[in-house]
Amino acid sequence: MGEVIEVNGPIVTIRQPGIRNGEQVKIGRMNLIGEVIHLREKDALVQVYESTESLHPGEQVEGLGHPLTVELGPGLLGQIFDGVQRPLDKIMQMSGEHISRGLEISALDRERVWHYLPDPEIVVGKRLRGGEILGTVMETESIEHRVLAPPDCSGEIIEHAPEGDYCIDEIIVRLRLDDGPIESLKMYHHWPVRQPRPYHSRASSGLPLITGQRILDTFFPMLKGGKAAVPGPFGAGKTIVQQQIARWANADIVLYVGCGERGNELVEILQTFPKLTDPYTGRSLMERTFLVANTSNMPVVAREASIYVGVTMAEYYRDQGYDVVMVADSTSRWAEALREVAGRLGQMPVEEGYPAYLASRLAAFYERAGTVNTLAGNHGSVSLIGAVSPPGGDFSEPVTSHTKEIIRTFWALSKPLADARHYPAVSWLESFTDYAERAAIWWSENVSQQWGLRRQQALSLLAEADELERIVNLVGPEALSSSQRWVLESSGLIKEAVLQQNALDPVDSYCSPEKQFQLLDLVLRYHKSGGELIGLGVPVEQLIELEFGVGLKRLKSTVTNEDLSPLEDYALKIRQCFDAMRVEYSNDSGAAS
Amino acid sequence: MSELEYRKVSSIHGALMFLKGVEGVGLGDRVAIRDKDGRRRNGQVIRTSREVVLVQVFEGTDSLDLENTWVRFLDQPFELALSPDLLGRNFNGIGEPRDDRPPIISSLRRNVNGSPVNPAARAYPREFIQTGISTIDGLNSLVRGQKLPVFSGSGLPHNRLAAQIVRQARLPGDSSNFVIVFAAMGVSFSDARFFEHEFESSGVLRNVVMFINLANDPPMERLILPRTALTAAEYLAYELDHHVLVVITDMTNYAEALREVATEKGDVPSRKGYPGYLYSDLAEIYERAGRLRDRHGSITMIPILSMPSDDITHPIPDLSGYITEGQIVLSRELHSKSVYPPVNVPPSLSRLMKDGIGKDDTREDHPRVASQLYASYTRALEARNLASIIGSEELSERDRRYLEFADHFESSFVRQGADEERNIIETLDLAWALLSLLPPSALSRVSEEDLHKYHSWDGSS
Ligand SMILES: Nc1ncnc2c1ncn2[C@@H]1O[C@H](COP(=O)(O)OP(=O)(O)OP(=O)(O)O)[C@@H](O)[C@H]1O
Ligand SMILES: [Mg+2]
Repeated sequence: MGEVIEVNGPIVTIRQPGIRNGEQVKIGRMNLIGEVIHLREKDALVQVYESTESLHPGEQVEGLGHPLTVELGPGLLGQIFDGVQRPLDKIMQMSGEHISRGLEISALDRERVWHYLPDPEIVVGKRLRGGEILGTVMETESIEHRVLAPPDCSGEIIEHAPEGDYCIDEIIVRLRLDDGPIESLKMYHHWPVRQPRPYHSRASSGLPLITGQRILDTFFPMLKGGKAAVPGPFGAGKTIVQQQIARWANADIVLYVGCGERGNELVEILQTFPKLTDPYTGRSLMERTFLVANTSNMPVVAREASIYVGVTMAEYYRDQGYDVVMVADSTSRWAEALREVAGRLGQMPVEEGYPAYLASRLAAFYERAGTVNTLAGNHGSVSLIGAVSPPGGDFSEPVTSHTKEIIRTFWALSKPLADARHYPAVSWLESFTDYAERAAIWWSENVSQQWGLRRQQALSLLAEADELERIVNLVGPEALSSSQRWVLESSGLIKEAVLQQNALDPVDSYCSPEKQFQLLDLVLRYHKSGGELIGLGVPVEQLIELEFGVGLKRLKSTVTNEDLSPLEDYALKIRQCFDAMRVEYSNDSGAAS
Repeated sequence: MSELEYRKVSSIHGALMFLKGVEGVGLGDRVAIRDKDGRRRNGQVIRTSREVVLVQVFEGTDSLDLENTWVRFLDQPFELALSPDLLGRNFNGIGEPRDDRPPIISSLRRNVNGSPVNPAARAYPREFIQTGISTIDGLNSLVRGQKLPVFSGSGLPHNRLAAQIVRQARLPGDSSNFVIVFAAMGVSFSDARFFEHEFESSGVLRNVVMFINLANDPPMERLILPRTALTAAEYLAYELDHHVLVVITDMTNYAEALREVATEKGDVPSRKGYPGYLYSDLAEIYERAGRLRDRHGSITMIPILSMPSDDITHPIPDLSGYITEGQIVLSRELHSKSVYPPVNVPPSLSRLMKDGIGKDDTREDHPRVASQLYASYTRALEARNLASIIGSEELSERDRRYLEFADHFESSFVRQGADEERNIIETLDLAWALLSLLPPSALSRVSEEDLHKYHSWDGSS
């Protein structure tokens, strides 16, 4: 037993001989849990996951002998956990509406019975390797949980439970470890969160993560197993982008980590997801979703832990062979928790109070994304998507600028767009992706060979229009030629008919890849044939007055994913009208020549 | 422990007092201090170790000396005594009466710091509150349990706006009013008087609890005042089933007090000298707004803060905006055009609006009308900007229409009387009257049915 020497906010100095760095400790009469983060001569500095209010120097301390770990087994899906993996509904049963301190609750329900189906290959006498699939249970109606052997054990199987109903604490496999002793395996195991889970090898992924959001999928796609960031000032739409991804992404499992953000945003997910259907399976979205929540009013140190707790659980489903998406809102709050602890430790701040290791911690976190060949012999991926909340919306601040170096897809949110209620406020000028070429392969095989071309045309049209707008703002619209004015008109259409997408619109909230392509294609064809007419001498005003624009802008919310034929009908309407004009004007010019 | 009185102050600077040789003091414990003239002060332990205990003194340390200062550790946190008698009373930051009436006596006492609400216990706020103010109800609707701050600047009429909200806020068709918790930090005597007068003249004084710290009161007390006030609010909402409206002003004074102690403690500064934990600290306050699943009452919060040099990227408004559920931003430009309330529409936002409006709550076209007004107004501001560069004669026909739209929008939709109460239907009808200045082809955010039903375009003018 050791004792408390000093209490300084969430950092407690203890004196306990033999304690190790990273070890969990239980502190004082309230049984607060913390983690040793620094050893200094005789003393150890502990970051405490709960409020240290009323803790006294002299109170007792106990080392728990292990680092921060999570429980990995069936029963995680559908749950909401706090930053150190305690289920929040259990906490509520024990302490009511407010979270009290020192509660010891395990993540997985010990009473719940699962119907276990042993894998026929895992038989007595066979050698078992770490990370292999022992058998399966149906975790939710749509997700099969593949029970894994812990990655770090191997030996000869001497017993395997038959098919039947078991609680997670029952032993399902016994094996003789290579060095002799007998090990019993249950349906769950522990894993330390700060240590990435092992895999066989990295694999390369070519499949885009489809989110149903046009500006993301068509303009700045990311791949499964990729890493992306969504930076933006407050109110620009980071949370909605992440919620939309959590809703509609073509992933098997979604983990939503609310890190230092609002309580109500998590409530919203808990209340809406069970009622929404997964567009790929037709089942309730909650069956594939789970959450980690350390809201802004919860203790800051657990915020630092929550990110690791989350990504370790994500890796666990990856190891079962699933495509997992983890969204983290917001990684800035996590970085601030680091900063806070560093400050209390008296570590030298380098930029805006952040410690020198900020960049390497960020990089190490995002490195846990990826597509892998698992130990069990299949493919799985973790895609990481982090929101970034730069102070004052200034992207040059440390967290945004370091993140930008690490990630491969950058969805930059713009305040002017958000102010105009142009959502998602993803800026087409500041955003980038490194995955467009690989995504193009999937799009051309599955949707249209024109995809890459259309995407390029749209992006250059937007860039050209931006240039023209600058000119207009200097010298007025009169300086533009007819075809330049047509460019402005068409880029406005791309923005409003394609890029803008209201998350609350029941029809437009999710847009299928086919619809994404066809909408863009329609607008670009309209631009092209309009441009030809202008070349023949049709005044640009006349084209605008035809008012096809407003119709095009409404298509996204009137045409459903299931029936895209109205898009062709509209194209036909435009073509007929344009053809008539073409005849008229070519006759004119023919007569003149 | 609480029996012992120490005279072991080893140093004093700013609002902080260091004591040596005092053992076993708990973090956050309340401290009673007596100076050489026998006057009492209140403090709180903010760091504690075997060797040194650090105490923050709410009344400041002026005229304290090292020899004749007696300190008693009460072995308990700061608590507020709670009873229905709170209503109609006026307290200071630590809950002592300011109104010459006796202190509240009750066996029910709560730690003013509260403890975090379990997100799983919350109910999503969704009941539309009608404030009678078009820019709020129509464009940035407030719902019960929301935290919606007013971002203002010195000399702007945020107090008048807050008072108008307090007076007019109700659920449509519901007469029962809110109970008000009013928390004022570092405000002038005349501002505090203004609110008191407002409460009095609108006859709600019996339903108001005030916690007041004036500009010339000890600044450190501002650190605890909002926590005390919210403890009262939680009691009124969750134990007495009231719908509580909490008005907190001015959060900037709070943050400045926090910066002062942080600097004295030597905390690593992040931006503009504010400590890195300002975000979490503000969140502890703001996140106490909300609704709980199994409770009848609710806490709706309207914090007011003045943006230093009108800069919305200053850490105080910036971090607040990252925590609250939207913001109402006031504009100096509109104020100087004598538009009241001078709500700057583009940067204003209500994040909880979406579930509180529409068919069953306000009117079916409401979400689309709001979005359309935002789009058209920002478009109109671009036209105005262009006109200021090239002159309005050079503008296209379409842009001239937008100019006209902007002017009308500001003078008839944004502007209204300080006593004028528009119900939500009036607000929406007014919105359509404005949208009728623009041709249907410019209104793609509303549906064709909406246009059919509400838009009156004669194609001319
Ligand atoms: N795609 C969208 N469709 C419709 N509305 C949107 C969309 N994106 C954002 N919004 C609107 O913008 C508001 C703010 O968005 P959001 O909460 O995602 O911002 P944020 O960037 O996460 O802000 P903060 O950093 O403060 O958390 C939402 O409440 C919603 O009203
Ligand atoms: Mg957010």
